[in-house]
Amino acid sequence: MNYKSSYFILTCLGFGLAFLYVPILSMVVFSFNASKLVTVWDAANSPTLKWYYALLNNEEILDAAWISLKVAVINASGSVILGTLAGFGLARFRQFRGRFTLNAMTTAPLVMPEVITGLSLLLLFVALEQLIGWPAGRGITTMTIGHMTFSMAYVTVIINSRMASFDEALEEAAMDLGARPLKVFFVITLPIIFPAILSGWLLAFTLSWDDLVISSFTSGPGSSTLPMVVFSKVRLGVSPEINVLATITITVVTLMIVGVSLWMSRMAKLDKAAA
Amino acid sequence: MTTAGRLRRFGVTGRGLVVVLPYLWLMLFFVVPFVIVLKISFSDIDLAIPPYKPLLEWVGKNSLAIKLNFNNYAFLFTDRLYVNAFLNSIKVAFISTVLCLVIGYPMAYGIARAKPRTRNVLLLLVILPFWTSLLLRVYAWIGLLKANGVINEVLTWLGVIHDPLNMLYTPFAMYVGIVYSYLPFLILPLYANLEKMDWQLLEAAEDLGCRPWQAFYKITLPLSRNGILAGSMLVFIPAVGEFVIPALLGGPNALMIGRVLWDEFFSNRAWPVASAVAILLLILLVPFMMWYQNIQARESAGVR
Repeated sequence: MNYKSSYFILTCLGFGLAFLYVPILSMVVFSFNASKLVTVWDAANSPTLKWYYALLNNEEILDAAWISLKVAVINASGSVILGTLAGFGLARFRQFRGRFTLNAMTTAPLVMPEVITGLSLLLLFVALEQLIGWPAGRGITTMTIGHMTFSMAYVTVIINSRMASFDEALEEAAMDLGARPLKVFFVITLPIIFPAILSGWLLAFTLSWDDLVISSFTSGPGSSTLPMVVFSKVRLGVSPEINVLATITITVVTLMIVGVSLWMSRMAKLDKAAA
Repeated sequence: MTTAGRLRRFGVTGRGLVVVLPYLWLMLFFVVPFVIVLKISFSDIDLAIPPYKPLLEWVGKNSLAIKLNFNNYAFLFTDRLYVNAFLNSIKVAFISTVLCLVIGYPMAYGIARAKPRTRNVLLLLVILPFWTSLLLRVYAWIGLLKANGVINEVLTWLGVIHDPLNMLYTPFAMYVGIVYSYLPFLILPLYANLEKMDWQLLEAAEDLGCRPWQAFYKITLPLSRNGILAGSMLVFIPAVGEFVIPALLGGPNALMIGRVLWDEFFSNRAWPVASAVAILLLILLVPFMMWYQNIQARESAGVR
């Protein structure tokens, strides 16, 4: 296999990556800008950390971040359970009643426009409240249910593709040696797909942490998430604190992704060395 | 008889227990809601909480009357606003998908043909923005595109322009935002497809006298068909109903159906109209979703 790429391809890659990264880097740079005008660089007083202090003292943003964090953690944990079950079932059971439906139900949320999902969930919650009195009002619970519904679809895809790429013979061997299916799952399958489960958890967390549309439909009074607060601020005009928030988000995400992928490539190497 | 055997007689199996939880969850929170949306799209708007009239009403003591109201749909077809919003959303999503393909294909190709080490780094660079909040990344473009934003400042400083270009709150800004946000969704499935490509086919074609462009057109492009289609669907379908990007970058005249639905719901509190919009949008998008699922099934079965 040759690895030569033409200059044309390299130029495209370069421009494409610049397109992806210039906006992100611009937020990082301007988060240190002293001017309130956000995009006008105040060379005399910059760089400064004053917007960082402002953000960390902004009660509204901190409260929203706390709500977002709670929703994201519960969502990620729940989605991982549901998504692993669905992904495992779809990958291992070739035929069962409802397989087609389950497959469709886990693919559709990936592409479904969020306004539709959000509206339909809200109408369901309203109807349920009228019918059985639950959920009483809307807030963290309804938001979490909404987030889990689309996050678990992503987890299912991740688990499903991991299951497809690992050798079924390992599970069969364990069963031949007398292990019960449940034991096989916990002793053989789970450790092998663990990296996929971890990626699924992180992805579900991030999807929930970033979600604006479904949260807006399913939240109640006093339960505004971080994206909802950011959206209302941005609509009123740009605010330097948002640049700071973006910079913090980017830093955390970068560290997390780079860390996880380094860890995974080390695991892969260890696997190879052991084999 | 063992417990397991007894359970099996009632149709309870280990397999069933594994999938029943996600199955019921998605039925209740993903499928049933659409039935309710359908129901409410046929009801009358009402000044109450919730703001719609019930579909079923007791007439006298023993008879239940169903009142289906098609006015919401008729309203959507008579008011040019909604028709235009639908058409415009399809147009915007289509053009954005084509732009994503033009930018994303060479990138996915370049990543697939890079050395394994470089490939992983490049892949990480494409995935990273996808993990960073969409809202914040769209917000970044406001700072870049504003009248006194970065792009205008740089162009003025370079002497290319004298007066700032009017970019923010225009269709241009909306296209930039959509292409920028959805680009990774196109690159990743396309890369996954190209990665499996047998590059020796290209060498063979070139040995036999094909020019590189010809070889690309005759071999790479047809073989990556599933990747192109899957990536395009991942951009096109959600882009049709996109709300955040037109709301932040598109300005007040950016007529996108996702935004119309949002305004009907939140500003006008017209839940039945919003439901009718959602149902029509769904009818429009379901064929594409089924197509997408079909492509995915073929791709995982290894059919080109």
